Amino acid sequence: MSTEALRTPPGSSHAGHHSAAPSPATGHGAGGPAPKRIVVGYGFWIFLLSDVIMFSAFFAAYAVLFKNTAGGPTAEQLFDLRNTAAETACLLASTFTCAMASLAVGERNQKWTQISLLATGLLGVAFITLEIREFASLIDRGAGPSRSAFLSSFFTLVGCHGVHVTAGLLWLGTMMAQFYAKGFRRDIRHRFLCFSLFWHALDIIWVGIFSLVYLVGTLPRELLP
Amino acid sequence: MSGEHEFDAGSNVGEDRAPGAESAGEERTLGQEVRGYALGLALAVALTAASFWVRGTDLVYGPGLALALLVLAVAQMGIHLIFFLHITTAPDNENNVLALAFGVLIVCLIVFGSLWVMEHLNHNMVPMQELMQMQR
Repeated sequence: MSTEALRTPPGSSHAGHHSAAPSPATGHGAGGPAPKRIVVGYGFWIFLLSDVIMFSAFFAAYAVLFKNTAGGPTAEQLFDLRNTAAETACLLASTFTCAMASLAVGERNQKWTQISLLATGLLGVAFITLEIREFASLIDRGAGPSRSAFLSSFFTLVGCHGVHVTAGLLWLGTMMAQFYAKGFRRDIRHRFLCFSLFWHALDIIWVGIFSLVYLVGTLPRELLP
Repeated sequence: MSGEHEFDAGSNVGEDRAPGAESAGEERTLGQEVRGYALGLALAVALTAASFWVRGTDLVYGPGLALALLVLAVAQMGIHLIFFLHITTAPDNENNVLALAFGVLIVCLIVFGSLWVMEHLNHNMVPMQELMQMQR
């Protein structure tokens, strides 16, 4: 990610488009408050960490409950790892296109900003479509969230991630509209910084889901600790 | 750094960095930035492929599979943090890293704490069969 504040030499800190005098602020309390961009980014970083902590509780629930299948189907019998691989590919590619969008925003290039954000959105939609199809097929096979404690924890964890991706897609749409209608205004770039952090964090959580829920979860019982 | 910055000599000289932003000190061309992201993507793809390969192969010692997959997942999360979120050990990133470290601490407490407590609870429980008998 690169905006004007980061393209100026360190001595003149954030003397870019928005502030005439260089600030001696260090962000450690000395020299006045940190620039808005830092405050916004840091605040959102704290939110993301609290979101990760919420997910960790769902991960813990899944880890504790996934052997409790109540005589119903097990992870090994239910999950199709090819579908998981396709979902992973979509989300990983969309993280890359999101990074490209942040470079395009840094360059103030409207065309490439919109193209990379559109690619990010389409890959996100593909991910959600694959996930909904998987959920629908599980419920069709009688393995809905009410079947067993294992399936309740599975649908809660993976569904919560899916809800986050869906919310991210709505946010992405509004970001495209804002860049198109209002240009690369400073406050809109701050919002986009938060969006890109959110999108990258969702991919990090998905790494945990595909590794632990799908790959470890479908290991034969005798290989599990 | 001189003059007005001297009051704060040491590791904290200069401006902080927003999470997700690259260091203010490095002037990088667009090409270099694209290559940086491409390298991050390549490493992430390689680690993902390794995870799926390890899951399907017979070459890895069976009981070690779960641990191997956990290590690959943590490695990939690290790659994402470094290449996409630009979390580094540079001094201007200190606040972000400290917040992350605290988050990781809480996550470990929740996950391993839950597993530990529930394992012991299961161990001390009357087996379900006997419980049903007693209630009859």
